[in-house]
Amino acid sequence: MDLSYGTDYDSFRGELRSFLDEHASEAPSNQRDYRSEKAVAWQKKLIELGYTSRTVPKRYGGFGAEPDILISRILADEFAAAKATAGFGGQGIAMLIPTLLELGTEEQKREIIPPTLLGEMLWCQGYSEPEAGSDLASLRTNASLDGDEWVINGSKIWTSTAHIADQMFCLVRTEPDAPKHDGISFLLLSMDTPGIEVRPLLDMTENKYFNEVFFTDVRVPAGQIIGKRGQGWQVANTILGHERELLGDPNAALTRLNGVIDLMRTETINGRRVIDMPVFRERLIRMQGRVMAMRFNDLRLLSAKVNQQSAPLARMIVKLQGTELRHELEQLAIDVMGEFGLAYDDNEYLRGEGLWQWNYMFYLGLIIGGGTSQIQKNIISERGLHMPKEPKAAARPGAL
Amino acid sequence: MDFGLSGDQVALQDSVNRYLDERAGLEHVRAFAAGGGYHEIWQGLTELGVAALLLPDDQGGAGMNVLDAALVAESLGAHVTPSPFIGSAVIAPLALQHLERKIATPYLSSLIDGSATAGIAFSELAGARADAGVHAAAHKLSGKSLFVLDPLANFQLVATTDNALYLVDAGAQGLQQLVHTTIDRTRVSGELRFNNTPGTLISDDPELVANLLDTARIMLVADTLGAAQHMLDTAVAYAKERKQFNRVVGSFQAVKHLCAEMAAALEPCRATMWYAAYALDALPNEAQLTACQAKAHISEVGTFVARTATEVHGGIGFTDLLGLHYWFKRIGFNRQALGAPELLREQAAALQGL
Repeated sequence: MDLSYGTDYDSFRGELRSFLDEHASEAPSNQRDYRSEKAVAWQKKLIELGYTSRTVPKRYGGFGAEPDILISRILADEFAAAKATAGFGGQGIAMLIPTLLELGTEEQKREIIPPTLLGEMLWCQGYSEPEAGSDLASLRTNASLDGDEWVINGSKIWTSTAHIADQMFCLVRTEPDAPKHDGISFLLLSMDTPGIEVRPLLDMTENKYFNEVFFTDVRVPAGQIIGKRGQGWQVANTILGHERELLGDPNAALTRLNGVIDLMRTETINGRRVIDMPVFRERLIRMQGRVMAMRFNDLRLLSAKVNQQSAPLARMIVKLQGTELRHELEQLAIDVMGEFGLAYDDNEYLRGEGLWQWNYMFYLGLIIGGGTSQIQKNIISERGLHMPKEPKAAARPGAL
Repeated sequence: MDFGLSGDQVALQDSVNRYLDERAGLEHVRAFAAGGGYHEIWQGLTELGVAALLLPDDQGGAGMNVLDAALVAESLGAHVTPSPFIGSAVIAPLALQHLERKIATPYLSSLIDGSATAGIAFSELAGARADAGVHAAAHKLSGKSLFVLDPLANFQLVATTDNALYLVDAGAQGLQQLVHTTIDRTRVSGELRFNNTPGTLISDDPELVANLLDTARIMLVADTLGAAQHMLDTAVAYAKERKQFNRVVGSFQAVKHLCAEMAAALEPCRATMWYAAYALDALPNEAQLTACQAKAHISEVGTFVARTATEVHGGIGFTDLLGLHYWFKRIGFNRQALGAPELLREQAAALQGL
C-alpha cells in the first residue's frame, strides 16, 4: 500500500493548482459552450499547457505527452475542485478522437482531429435506433454502395447535440447478409448533407439535449469509413467501456454529497436545522458510506491501471452502482428541501439553481442510457460471474 | 501509487486459505457447533504464525500490520472457522505492547505458541445494554460485561466504563466466565461477571482503547467480507448446476440479476476493507471514521448477500444440508457485534460534527 503519487506528480499538481488559482476565472461558465471566443481561448491555453488533449500527438494539434493515468486523475480532480471547465468535452473529443488515433487513416487524423480539438468541428454520435436500444447490434439503418458513395436510409435516436453538430459518426448496416455483429460499419458524415432531418426530443427535464435523426437517401463519400466494412461493431467497442466508467464517477458523487451536507446545514424546518434531525442524518450518513465504498473502489481501479493489473469485476459494477447512487443522492437533497424541492426553472425559491431536481431526473436518464442497469447486470453476471447467457428464443417448443 | 495487496499479502492469505481448506472444512465447523473445541484448528493456525503476525520482530513476531491481520480474518470468515483469532492474535498482541515488557512477555509467548488464548470484553465500549458495564477502583473490577468474545479464554482484555483497559486472568478471584448461546455456533460468546476482581491496568488512554475497538471492528468487517464472498461464490456455483424447466437456473435473468446485484454491492467492499484497515496502520486522521463507515456499510451489504445468496439456493438453502446457514449467521453476528450499523452511523456523524 502506498497512496502517495510521488514528488513528480505532487509538483505537477502544485503547478496546476497555482495556474487554476490565477486563471480559473478565464474559463467559460457553461461546459457545453464550444463556440464563444472565451471558450476557444481557454481551450487553446489548456492544450498549450498540456492540461487538455494532453496525449493527442502535436502533429494533430494536441500536446503530445505520453498517456499517464495519474496525470489524468490529477487534472480531473483539480479542475473539479476549482470548478473550472477542463476544456472541451463532447462526443468528438471523448469518443471519436481516441478511435481515430487507434484506427483512423493518416488523412482522417489530419483532417478531423485539429478542428475537433478547437471546437470548429462539433460531432454527434449516431448509435441507438428506435428498435435498437439495449440490443444495439440489431440496428437497421442501412448504407449501400452506389459507385463511390454510401447511400444511407433509416433513423437514429438519443442523438445528443445533433441539432448543433457539424458532423456525425455513426453505425450503419452495410452487410445485410452477415451475422448481426459483423454487418455493421462505422461511417462519418456531414450534418448538412441533403436528406438529413433532425427533430429535437423534449426530455423530462424540459430540455432538448437529445434528437431523432432521419436519413433519406443521404449520400456520403465511400472513403468516410473508419476501419473496414463490417468492422464497425469492433471500432465502436474500442472505447465504449471507457464511457461506462465515466457515467459512474464517484468523485462527482462526493461533490454532490458535500452539497447535500451544506444544504442540510442551511435548510430549517420550524427553525430546526435538517442536519440536526436524526432521521435525515441517518439517511445522509448511510449515503456517505456508499459514496466512500465507491471511492475506495475507484482508488483500486486507478491503482490497477497504474500498475497494469486487472480488476474486471470492480470496473464492471461502476456504471450500475454509480448512477443509482447519484440518483438517490439527488433524491435525498429534494427530500431535505421538502416542498421547496419541487421548485423548478424560474421559481424564486429555487435552491442550488434547481440542479437537484434536474440531476434527479437526468440521472434516471443515465441509469437507462449507456447500457441500462438491466444490461449492466447481464454483463456483470455473464462476464464477471461467468453465468450462462439467456438461451436464444426456442426454435421449437421445449428446445433449449 | 499502489492501492492493492502486495505479493507477501497474497501469499499470506493463500497459505491460510490452503490450511483452512484442508484442515478446517465444514465437518470441523459442524463438530465445533455440536460442542467441540477449536484447539486443534487454532494450534494449526498458530503454527502458521497467525498469532505472531502483529508482534514486532524483536518479540518473536512477524512485524505485520492491521491489513495483514484483516486478510487472515477474511479467510477465517470465508471458512466460518471457529477460532479465538480477534482476541488472541489481534487485540491482545496490540494491547500488551502497552504493558511493561517483563509482565507482557509470558502472556505473549503463550499466545504465540497457542498454549493460551485471549478474550475481549469490549461490547460496552460500543454501547452498553441491560445495565452492563465494568467499573474499576484500586485495580479491582466490579460489574459485568456481555457478549464477550471468547469468555472462557485464559485471559481477558476488559474495557471499563471510563474507557480504561485491564488484563484479567481466568480464574481470578470473583470472576465468573459464562458462555451464552447465540445464533452463531461458530463463535464462543458470553459474559464475564466481576466482583472485586483483581486486574492489571494496561492503559487508561481512551484513544488507545478506541483504536483497539476499531481494530476489532475491522476484523469483523473482514470476516463478513470473506463470508459474504463465499456465499456469493456458492450461490453462483449452485445456480450453474441446479436445473429446472430443462435449464440451469443460473441462465434465468431473475437469478442472474440477483447474483449481479450481490457482486455489485460486494465488490466495492473489498477496497473499503483494505482502505479502512490500512487507515488504522497509516492514516490516523481517517481511521475512526472509515472504521465506523466500513463496518456499517459492509454489514448492510453482508446482510443483503446473506439473504439473497440463501434465496438463490432455494429450499435447500433453508436447510442444514449445505451448511449455508453457518455463513448467514456469522454475517448476522458480525453485524451486531461491537456496534450495529445505526449505532456506527451515529458515531460517524458525531466524528464529523454533524
